[in-house]
Amino acid sequence: MSEDVIVVKNLLKKFSDIVAVQNINFDVKKSEVFAFLGPNGAGKSTTIKILITLLQPTSGDGTIDNLSVIDNPSGVRKIIGYVPQMISVDGTLTAYENLMLMAKLYDIPGSDRENRIDEVLSFIDLSKQKNLLVRTFSGGMIRKLEIAQAILHRPAVLFLDEPTSGLDPIARKNIWKHLLEIRKIYGTTIFFSTHYMDEAEEVSDRVAIMHLGKISAIGTVEELKAKTKKAKATLEDAFIYFTGSSLQETGNFRDIRRTREVERKLG
Amino acid sequence: MEYIRQIIYKSYVMAEMEVRKLLHDPTELVTRAVQPILWLGVFGEALSKVRAIPTGNVSYLQFITPGILTQSVTFIAIFYGIAIIWERDMGLLQKLLVTPTPRLALVLGKMISAGIRGLSQAVIIYIFAIILQIKLNISVVSVTGVFLIIMLGAGFFTGLSMIIASLVKTRERFMGIGQVITLPLFFASNAIYPIAIMPTWLQIVAKVNPLSYMVDGLRALIVTGNYSMLPHDIVILVIATSLIALVSTYMYPKVVI
Repeated sequence: MSEDVIVVKNLLKKFSDIVAVQNINFDVKKSEVFAFLGPNGAGKSTTIKILITLLQPTSGDGTIDNLSVIDNPSGVRKIIGYVPQMISVDGTLTAYENLMLMAKLYDIPGSDRENRIDEVLSFIDLSKQKNLLVRTFSGGMIRKLEIAQAILHRPAVLFLDEPTSGLDPIARKNIWKHLLEIRKIYGTTIFFSTHYMDEAEEVSDRVAIMHLGKISAIGTVEELKAKTKKAKATLEDAFIYFTGSSLQETGNFRDIRRTREVERKLG
Repeated sequence: MEYIRQIIYKSYVMAEMEVRKLLHDPTELVTRAVQPILWLGVFGEALSKVRAIPTGNVSYLQFITPGILTQSVTFIAIFYGIAIIWERDMGLLQKLLVTPTPRLALVLGKMISAGIRGLSQAVIIYIFAIILQIKLNISVVSVTGVFLIIMLGAGFFTGLSMIIASLVKTRERFMGIGQVITLPLFFASNAIYPIAIMPTWLQIVAKVNPLSYMVDGLRALIVTGNYSMLPHDIVILVIATSLIALVSTYMYPKVVI
């Protein structure tokens, strides 16, 4: 068993003529909190889609806990959890039903399901809302429920796509409190993408910055800051240094529309 | 073996959640009943006075009842394509695809869900037919047969709509295409007039249209009682639905790309 839980080797993805991901290599260690940054269109979400088995790479491979995403996608699916950026719980079902759906799809044995559901509900402070329809929930509660759904089967790696996008600062802090606790209790590796530099700086052990389909920098926040050779550099400075732009300058119509839609629904 | 068990069990789980949704908010079933009631109560009543369409020894209202039931079921099933796009936009679909659930089970789950909604329409149409005093055969055999044909027909059109969704990828385009497909399929079938009165080219379309076999089977079961063509109708629907389930299983995960 290697210490690296995610290993990406020479990963290449082309969409007809466009190369979205150009032969990238990186590793993520067990129980690490790993931030995956980059401007929109940098190839971030393509890379994540390949790692969670939604997309086949053109060449190269990725492994999760030594299981290949190409040769053994069904094995990989059993040991990962995924929280999409958009709202992925069903508002017309109760919190309990949303969790039961996942418990059954993840083959948690019948004798264990009720206990697991109660356990995750109390863990994220939603026990009282167990039988309420999810459409009555606030944005923070929805995100917490989604995280609960993704950890029911105790995955080795939890993938989160902008987990705090659209949330207010208090809800953001609360989400991270829970995520770090999950890591502490279960040793879960947390792989997340975000647009909030302060957040990435605060919570992550290591950071990768993706730019134009390549990994332009990888390391601890301190290492990346040091490379900018600027006194009192922030992660934002490092980001600009490695990508040549700040995040505010990037993004297209579709991304912005989607982000605003999520914000509106969560808010 | 384990794979087959997974497919059956997880199709059931997906359908179970759909039923739970319906139980939380059953108003949808009532609003969906408006259209078939209008077709029967207004269109059917009016045309039965004209006596322009040769329907053999059954009344025109008897003749179109299975056609209206079929239309109602296919409209529900076609809606599942939009639901898939909607679930993709919400991220729900991605989350389901990332679970260790066979792709085929997700398709079958949707097919069964559409079938269950379709069955609720059958109940409403039976009740309305009784109110309008349309004479229908109601027996264990006929109700079981109706159940089977609705599940198969709903399955076929759900599969078809999921394939369309994976090609068009947006709600707006789907709505355009959905209209273009459902209405011609309805009119190019034996739902509201017999195939015999159609021009030859339309007869050919009607013969390859799975909707015709659905109507034919339902008509035998609930109106004429002549079961001679019933096995033929059911075999065609089983083959068509199985084929479309396989194509759909291959196609619809592409909607997330």
